[in-house]
Order: sequence, then structure tokens, then C-alpha cells
Amino acid sequence: MTVETKVALTEQDVRSYSAKMNEADWMADFRADALARVEQLPMPTPDKTKIDKWNFTEFPSHTVETAVFASLEELPEEARELVDVTQQKNIYVQHNNTPAFLSLSEELKAQGVIMTDIFTASREHGDLVKKYYMTDGVKVNEHKLTALHAALMNGGVFVYVPKNVVVEEPLQVLFLHDDAQASLFNHVLVVAETSSSVTYVENYLSTVEESKGLANIVTEVIAGDNAKVVYGAVDVLADGFTTYVNRRGVTGRDSRIEWALGLMNDCDTISENITHLVGDNSSCDLKTVVVGRGKQRQNFTSEIVHWGLDTDAFILKHGVMKDESSAIFNGIGKIEKGATRSNAVQESRILMLSEKARGDANPILLIDEDDVTAGHAASVGNVDPLQLFYLMSRGISEKEAQRLVIHGFLAPVVSKLPIEGVKKQLTEVIERKVR
Amino acid sequence: MATLEIKGLHVEIEGKEILKGVDLTINTNEIHAIMGPNGTGKSTLAQAIMGHPKYEITSGSVTLDGEDVLEMEVDERAHAGLFLAMQYPSEITGVTNADFLRSAINAQREEGDEISLMKFIRELDGKMELLEMDEDMATRYLNEGFSGGEKKRNEILQLMMLKPKFAILDEIDSGLDIDALKIVSKGINEMRGENFGCLMITHYQRLLDYITPDHVHVMMQGKVVKSGGPELAEKLEEQGYDWIKEELGIEDETVGQEV
Repeated sequence: MTVETKVALTEQDVRSYSAKMNEADWMADFRADALARVEQLPMPTPDKTKIDKWNFTEFPSHTVETAVFASLEELPEEARELVDVTQQKNIYVQHNNTPAFLSLSEELKAQGVIMTDIFTASREHGDLVKKYYMTDGVKVNEHKLTALHAALMNGGVFVYVPKNVVVEEPLQVLFLHDDAQASLFNHVLVVAETSSSVTYVENYLSTVEESKGLANIVTEVIAGDNAKVVYGAVDVLADGFTTYVNRRGVTGRDSRIEWALGLMNDCDTISENITHLVGDNSSCDLKTVVVGRGKQRQNFTSEIVHWGLDTDAFILKHGVMKDESSAIFNGIGKIEKGATRSNAVQESRILMLSEKARGDANPILLIDEDDVTAGHAASVGNVDPLQLFYLMSRGISEKEAQRLVIHGFLAPVVSKLPIEGVKKQLTEVIERKVR
Repeated sequence: MATLEIKGLHVEIEGKEILKGVDLTINTNEIHAIMGPNGTGKSTLAQAIMGHPKYEITSGSVTLDGEDVLEMEVDERAHAGLFLAMQYPSEITGVTNADFLRSAINAQREEGDEISLMKFIRELDGKMELLEMDEDMATRYLNEGFSGGEKKRNEILQLMMLKPKFAILDEIDSGLDIDALKIVSKGINEMRGENFGCLMITHYQRLLDYITPDHVHVMMQGKVVKSGGPELAEKLEEQGYDWIKEELGIEDETVGQEV
């Protein structure tokens, strides 16, 4: 049996949605074109996870209308904990599918920095968005879900940092989900021009018990020559979602992308994070932490592809699996022919907290060039009873000892997140999930 | 005065009996040394008293001032006043030595009566200086990448910070050079007093040159086969263990591989 993959929306629907969101005309055509391809394209095939029975196409409604926020003070309490309400000058908040709050400092605006919702961006910065939107990063016709995303995109943000501009303070984006009927087809496009630098941090915060919707999220990070992009994310999507999240990076010469991802969803999730090191001497550092609980099924692909000479990649993934959750960690270092003197290193570790939890660390090196260095380490195991014995012999309770071991295990990634509030949130989410 | 009493202790690991009836009584203000060749059950005794998950007590008792230690969880044993300096301390990544020590101290105190940060740091600095430990060892992850000698010092640091009633030191001297041995001994001697009792397990007389024991015991075949004063250790140093084996008619002193 295969799930019905027919999409209920017609070309007319996507065009009228585009018009309603006041998008540029090219975006309406782009959507219609993508929609026409959905039917023929195959589903993605994440290694070692069968998704043919997962529902990625049916959802209660394409968009829900929700309130905007006149100020950050109006955010619900859980959201305010993530945001420094008085200090954060550069923030975009999306409330379900509604662009709900935007603030960007005059200083950054004067330097030409752009941060705005994706609909407005398609109109006001049409040339820029058109140049980068699903062109160099994720392509519409990669598979059914990318085409579906392109057709139904219903939120997201565009960030642009001009040449030589260094954005010192992190830009923050909050995707607040509090309507169980809402689906998230968010698109994040971050473009950093030559010799620029920016730190972007996003939070997915879902406050409903159980969602009825889908999440089909695409992020594209384009780092120009000599640019640096630090991308932090904490995803906390509620149980009930089926989530496909694709975060893609492309580097220019001498540029660098750093990912620090806290993937804390409570739903079934396919996460794909691929960076193409195109420019010579570019590099990528990819850090991910994952906690699975309940009956969650998750698949995390972390891949760095070396095209340029002297490119350098480091993948570090740590995951904790409890209850009956299962997770596949695919770590892929791919060195293309001609990417001389590249270096691909990866480490994946999974800690199991229960007998019924499943974890699979799957390190893959695909090397088509001679003069390179590469290495991988992977392990799957339980909490070491001798570690617990040691800690408990000093008077620490079993629960606290286990908490210390888990925190220590996840610390290398957690400590990398660039905003204190977000780091704190991730720590708290981890506490909650492993309790 | 507090008393730790071990009576007729039998211990198995994976179905193999290692301890075959150990009797030993230790009071505070006393230092006991257990000596004996490899494989006679010394470390098993230490681990079993603390509650190592692999060891199964098949019969006998361990009590601390009459309280049944064997009924307690490992952390409760620590709260009752027991401490084991381990031969192979675990490494815990991501948890700093200082954070760990503070958690351990606070775990033994009532909620709301946690040690103040200032007091903790002052005390930690003082003890680390006495043990000639680098300052950065407080902020390094617990035992991670520590040399053998650093781990042993760190065990003694924990001992000094936690101030238990009874400490069991499992081969605290193994792998230490003479300078490190002197420092570790200094730490242990600092603890000596009315409120502290100690059971040292060692192969070597050398440790006893720096920490004079009140009582010396010899273990063979999973039992204490001979007890005496410090002079017993000296005799062992001069004559080895063969005379005891002869005296007791023992051919093979071991009980099998120690874990």
C-alpha cells in the first residue's frame, strides 16, 4: 500500500494564495510550476528508514490566520523565555503562518542588511530572492517533498547581509506554533555576500499537545566568498506532526558555515542537513544533538560534500534515545574528484536509555580523490553502569547521576549555541525530554 | 566513635565465589591495611562494601553503627558515611570536576542548606594546593584525560572534600611515583583523627612507610587469614607471603581472576 500522494490544492489555489499574500508574480508562477511536478516526482529515500507509509501530503488546512504581536511583550510566556524582550533588536516572529512581528535595528538597515518575511521579500527584494530561492541550494525537482514545499510554501524569512558587513549581534527568528490545525511549509533563505558575517538563530516552538499538521521546512544558506554564517536552531515541534526538514548550505571560496542544531521534536522527523563546500578552502562545522522519546521515529542525515580544493568538514552528532524511540544517524562525508587536500571528519554517538530504544549510527565516507584525509568514529551504547556507580558512590542519586551523564554527553553541541536564552531553552528541553 | 563491621561476607561475581567469609571491624580513629598477593579478593571486598553493580552478596553482613549497609543504595551508603577511592575512576565527559564535587557535597546536605559558592571555592582551592594539583583541574571534565597520578590525587581530593566517616582506598598507591605517593599520603594523613576510619588496600609495604597503619590484615583465598599490628607489614616486606602460606597450609592463595 502506498499513501495517496495527490495534493488537494489546485493551481488556482496556489495562485490565489500567492495573490492574497501579495507576493511577486514570479513567485506565483514558481509555485504553479512546482505543483505541476509534485505528482511525477518520487518520494525521498532516507537511508535505513522506510517512509512510504508516512503522511507527508495530507493536512487539515494550508494556512491558519492568527494574531500579530504589537510588541515582544505580547508573546506568550514560553516564547518570552527564548527572547531577550528588552535587548533583542533584531528579531522576526512568525505566529503559525502569520508574519507577526519584525524588528531590525536602524544601524543594520542603514548597512543594507535585510530581514523580512518571505512574502514581502519576494516583492520588495525580488531580484535577490529570485536569484537564490531554490536555485543553488535546494532544487524544486529533487523529490516530491521539495516540489510540494515550493508549491505550498506558507511562511519563512529572508535574511541578506551585503558585502563586507559584519553583523555582530545574532539575528533571531521565532516560529511560534500554537494552533493544532496549522501546517508549516516554512522557507528560510540566508544570503551572506562576500566577506560578510552573520549569526542566525531560529526556534521552532510548538505549544500544542498534539498537532494535526505537517511540517515541510526548507532552509538555504548561501555563504559568499570569505563569508561566515553561524546557524543555530532549536526545533521543538509537537507530537502529531510529520516533519520533513531540509537545511542546506553552499559555500563560496574561503567561506565557512557552522551549524549548531538542537533537534528536539516530539514527532516523527526526517531531517536532512547537507552542506556543499563548493569554493576552495571553504569549511563547514556541523554539530547536532537529538533526543528521542515515546514512539518517535527519526532519521537524521548529516552530509558535507567537498567540491573545492582544501575544503574542511567536521560533523559531530550526539543523540539520546529513550522509551521506544528509534533514530538513524546517517553521517556522510563525500569528497568529489578534484577536491584535493580535503579533510572530512565525523563522529556520531548514540546513548540508549531503555531496552526498547533503537539507535543506528551509520558513518559513510565516499571518496573519489586520492590526496585527502578522512576519519570517522561512531558508537551506540547504554549509560555505563560503572559511571553511575562512580557518581553514586559520591552520594549523588541515580537520577541525578544519569542526568549528569546525559548532559555531559550532549554538552559539546549545546555549548556551541550562540544565544544564551536559546542555549538555556535547549538545556531545559533536554531535561524535560530525558526525565 | 563509629564502627564499620563486616561479618562472614560471601561475594560472587558472575556465579564465581570470590569472598568466602570475610570478618573485619574498623572503628573511627583507626587505619587498617589489607595486604595480600594479586587475586585474593582484596578489591572485591572494597567494591562489595560500596555496592558495585556486578558483585552479588550471597551471605554475611556489613553494618555501619548497626545500620545494614547492604540494604542501602550506593548513594545512601555515601550519605551514611562511606567512601571508596577507586582503583579505576570513571571518566565523565561534559561534567567539570568542580561542578561534580559541588553536586556531591550538596547531595549530602539538606535542601536549602547547600554549601555557599565562596565557601566551596575556598575549600577546594585549599585542598588542591595541599595535593599540589593544577588549578585547571577544577574546570576540566571529571577524570577525562587525567593521567594515572592525577586520577589518584583527584580521588583523594574528593575524599577530603566529602569528609566521610570511613574511607576505603583501593590501591591508591598503584602507578604512583614516589613524589606523588608522598602527596597522596599527606592528604590521607590530614584526614586522620577521631572522626575518620580508613581501610587501605595495597600490594606494597611502601605505602605504609608514609601512612602508618594501626592494624594490618592479610587476605588469601577470599578470607582474612592473618591480622596484626604494623610489625606484620614489616615482616611481610622482609619475608614475603610464603611463610604465611606454609603456616596455614595454603598452596594457591588466589581465588581466581580479580575484576
